[in-house]
Amino acid sequence: MERFRSFLASDFFYAFKRAPVAIVSFCIAAFMILTAILAPLIAPTNPFDPSTLNLMNGFTAPFSKNDFTGDHFLLGTDDQGRDVFSTILYGLRISLFVGFSAVLFAMVLGVSLGLLAAMTGGRTDAIIMRIADVQLSFPAILIAMLVFGIAKGITPPELRNEVAVWVLIISIGLADWVQFARVVRGAAMVERQKEYVEAAMLIGRGRVAIALKHILPNILASVLVIATISLALAIITEATLSFLGVGAPPTQPSLGTLIRIGQGFLFSGEWWILLFPALTLLMLALSVNLLGDWLRNTLNPKMEK
Amino acid sequence: MSLLEIRNLKITYPDRHGEFTAVRDLSLSLERGEVLGIVGESGAGKSTVGNAIMGLLQSPGRISAGEIEFDGISLDTLGEEAMRQLRGKRVAMIFQDPMTSLNPLLTIEDQLVETIELHLKMDASSARKRAVELLDQVGIADADMRITQYPHEFSGGMRQRVVIALALCAEPDLVIADEPTTALDVSIQAQILELLKRLCRDRDMGMILVTHDMGVISETADRVAVMCRGELVELGSTQQITQNPKEEYTKILIAAVPPSNKRIERFVRVEQDAKIKLESKHSNDVLTDYWDSLSGSGSENGASREERSDQPILKVQGLNKIFRSRSGFLAAKGADTHAVKDVSFEVMAGETFGIVGESGSGKSTISRLITGIHPLTSGTIEYDGIDISRKSSDRDEMRRRRQIQMIFQDPFSSLNPRMRVGDIICEPMLVNNLVESRAEAMNIAEALIGMVELDADATRRFPHAFSGGQRQRISIARALASKPRFLICDEPTSALDVSIQAQILNLLKDLQSKLGLTLLFISHDLPVIRQMCDRIAVMRLGEIVELAPAENIFTTAQHTYTQDLIAAMPRFEQA
Repeated sequence: MERFRSFLASDFFYAFKRAPVAIVSFCIAAFMILTAILAPLIAPTNPFDPSTLNLMNGFTAPFSKNDFTGDHFLLGTDDQGRDVFSTILYGLRISLFVGFSAVLFAMVLGVSLGLLAAMTGGRTDAIIMRIADVQLSFPAILIAMLVFGIAKGITPPELRNEVAVWVLIISIGLADWVQFARVVRGAAMVERQKEYVEAAMLIGRGRVAIALKHILPNILASVLVIATISLALAIITEATLSFLGVGAPPTQPSLGTLIRIGQGFLFSGEWWILLFPALTLLMLALSVNLLGDWLRNTLNPKMEK
Repeated sequence: MSLLEIRNLKITYPDRHGEFTAVRDLSLSLERGEVLGIVGESGAGKSTVGNAIMGLLQSPGRISAGEIEFDGISLDTLGEEAMRQLRGKRVAMIFQDPMTSLNPLLTIEDQLVETIELHLKMDASSARKRAVELLDQVGIADADMRITQYPHEFSGGMRQRVVIALALCAEPDLVIADEPTTALDVSIQAQILELLKRLCRDRDMGMILVTHDMGVISETADRVAVMCRGELVELGSTQQITQNPKEEYTKILIAAVPPSNKRIERFVRVEQDAKIKLESKHSNDVLTDYWDSLSGSGSENGASREERSDQPILKVQGLNKIFRSRSGFLAAKGADTHAVKDVSFEVMAGETFGIVGESGSGKSTISRLITGIHPLTSGTIEYDGIDISRKSSDRDEMRRRRQIQMIFQDPFSSLNPRMRVGDIICEPMLVNNLVESRAEAMNIAEALIGMVELDADATRRFPHAFSGGQRQRISIARALASKPRFLICDEPTSALDVSIQAQILNLLKDLQSKLGLTLLFISHDLPVIRQMCDRIAVMRLGEIVELAPAENIFTTAQHTYTQDLIAAMPRFEQA
């Protein structure tokens, strides 16, 4: 409670209150995360339970009644009569789960390697950072596809659909760790020069303890900023992979999968199957990105023009 | 009519909690050819006054009342464009840091000639001639050649001369110098101050010298304005202010300045110490027990309480340190730096040994070598009979090394901002298993906090809640938590105001006599060194040029470098 009160009085919260962009994007992002978590409770139908589907409901237009069954669908239905609103909620769940997990994986990997590089220096540092440089010279999506392809090749076919989401998380995570490693290394090298680190050395703290107990807490702010921006990036990467058909399988469709399915109907007039998932993805990525930008400017006032 | 007339000036900064008044009800005047010193501690608003005159108040600060009149022109109501015309041409400013106030991408010629052309409406060739003349006047030898060079080819002192030339090039009537010598070594400081004073006289221009340094003021200014928390406390001739101050605050400030001409036992207490109850009986017992448990842990540790002895506790022999440029994988090879050259000295148990030198003399490097933060290149360091210059795997030996602790220069970076003060002080005890439990460590931490004269509830707060002086006290408490016998103080007060400096120096003296500590005191500040040390080593470019008892250094210095250093030190004599 005391912590909460001191948070409400902090400069950070004060800046937040005075930034409409931050408030709006925070609300949108929070709302989407909440609906994704509560999807099974909110969604009118479970789109993946075949027993609830009625083919007669196929291609119902949004905001209107189905001509045959008289059922209402808020955002219409697809070719198999699945409620688009429900599929979006479940798709959002997959997208966000993959996004958060991939960022977490990238963060753990990147922060550890970045700290290791900064603390040891010399050859270890050079090797880690050269790997990072090489990886940066390829587009992230290419790396993710590469990892995804290899992983798919070595998993047995009957398990593929089950592990697809995990493979997706690892491949996106492996494509994103470089950002974390670079920022953490830079920030840790600055912190390492400060006198409190020398003081810790003097009382006999080991390198690992200094890195984790002294340096890490002081660079968490920049890690948080990168994490937020990476989250938007990871969601988009996942959607792109799924759109290309190499990501989430149709049995567990993410927003990207829904967009891929929807684009087949765009020119035959059923625009809603594409448009609503696409709009959802846009709003999610945009709000997280704006939030990340605001966070970066607030936590690091020097970057403001 | 005065050159500059400030009447009832009030400057405020609106912020989220309302309004912060940086300067209130300030009235000053300045004549031509006069140097007016504005002196005060940090936060006194002295720089704000200078910026307000220049029309350079940082947003959202503004002049909310009063007026500034310069040669009949009212500056506070002048528009931005008219102010810009005036700035540089009739009113010029010299900033503190010569390293950042010149554009590194342009040659000195580019920067000077452009300004002269603009303000004096000259053509390029006569402007260049004028620029060379100016550089010559500010004492840059071979100006005709030097003018074609870039700022990085000049040393700090030379750069500050260029900055002064730049400020003077339009022949201004008023110069505002904001801490013009704070970033410079003493020998250069003396030259720059002499130069500024002479230029003021010769050109009949007025100068406002903003500084925290009483020594600088007393050597340069004709009149002095003492400021405290945005208000003018006292205004008078330099002679009157330094020798016969009327106001209580001025007296306190003067008393805190380390006199250059003699050694005093203690500084007069500056702040009302009634606020903090000195250590209670309880905490004293806790500490005594903690300290006494020392004798149980080591062999000849019983010596820790004894007075000054002739037994050297630290022996440094033939110490060398070469910083090799990083020549790793795919990195370019640069030149090596020989930071410490063949340094030998001994520190006796219980004494205060001083190392003094200008920037780059290697004095801080020596402290890093003794504490083992940097590995040494060659030589030996013996502490209490054991060689500590090489890494050792022996636990007992490593523990004895912890008896050497250090107080750092910058109180703002020496405490981890994410840790509570209590945890900061407990950490050394817990890491080295000096106590049985966390609760015991916390108990001792509170006693230590009392010992450095802070309130006990300080342990629950984070470092940002404390001022520079208080942070330095916390830093001392942390160093003491390791039960050190040998304390290295690396410029412990150079980031602090003089009144705070006096408190910290008093505290260090008290702790030394109470705990029988040996101090290695490193500083560039000669008067401070004189107050603190028994013996002094003078360093220059990595070598010890002279090592003698403190009073001998100040009265009968042998080496010419020491003599020069003493001569250049700003005099602030106390009766």
